[in-house]
Amino acid sequence: MVLPLFAIGSAPLEVDGVAAALAQAAGDAGSDGAVVTFLGLVRNHNVGRRVRYLEYEAYEPLAVKAFERIAAEIGDRWPSARIALHHRIGRLEVGEASIAIVVRSAHRGDAYAACRYAIERVKQIAPIWKREFFDGGDVWIEGATANPDDERARAEAERVACA
Amino acid sequence: MRVTVRLFARLRDIAGSSELSRDLTAGATIGDLWRQLAREFPELAGYERSISSAVNADYARMDRVVADGDEVAFLPPVSGG
Repeated sequence: MVLPLFAIGSAPLEVDGVAAALAQAAGDAGSDGAVVTFLGLVRNHNVGRRVRYLEYEAYEPLAVKAFERIAAEIGDRWPSARIALHHRIGRLEVGEASIAIVVRSAHRGDAYAACRYAIERVKQIAPIWKREFFDGGDVWIEGATANPDDERARAEAERVACA
Repeated sequence: MRVTVRLFARLRDIAGSSELSRDLTAGATIGDLWRQLAREFPELAGYERSISSAVNADYARMDRVVADGDEVAFLPPVSGG
């Protein structure tokens, strides 16, 4: 079964399956010279706290639309790059992957930049939240106010991606 | 008219529910709905400047007028990845 390009789910992430879906969707006739994959992992420490596990939740239909929007932005900025993006929800243990991003493009520079851009944009505009359970308590992590039309935030993601 | 409210993460914890139904007068905006909820759940008021909102799973501004049957979501600052 071919996986969708953009998905939210509670099953462990399968980066090979995501890469295969992208390869099929891209219909590559040999023009791609690079595949970059990124896995975000649950870390055992955060701002001095010893993290036991995380719980993720998402507003799923809007999160998938946010991924599609990020893909469209990447298509505008790096025309040869195409992306697939899966995010996991539910309880995740230390060391497990919360997000898998795969980017293909003609050349490695665009693939690396677009991949970095994608994770920065996910953190800005995807309606997904993590609750951190640490030794001594738990807390909802609150990062950016999601506003897809905030051009300054988008430009900052592009700046980081191209640094 | 009646709308469905979806709340996420800490907003859900404050309200004690992920989904609510609320009656609004015709012409009410997302902002009006938010202020109604903030009166009901005073702890929400601290999120006034940092929330995002969506209607029927599309981002929408707080001045958007809602319609009968809409699903209105309030989103605290996000932390995916």
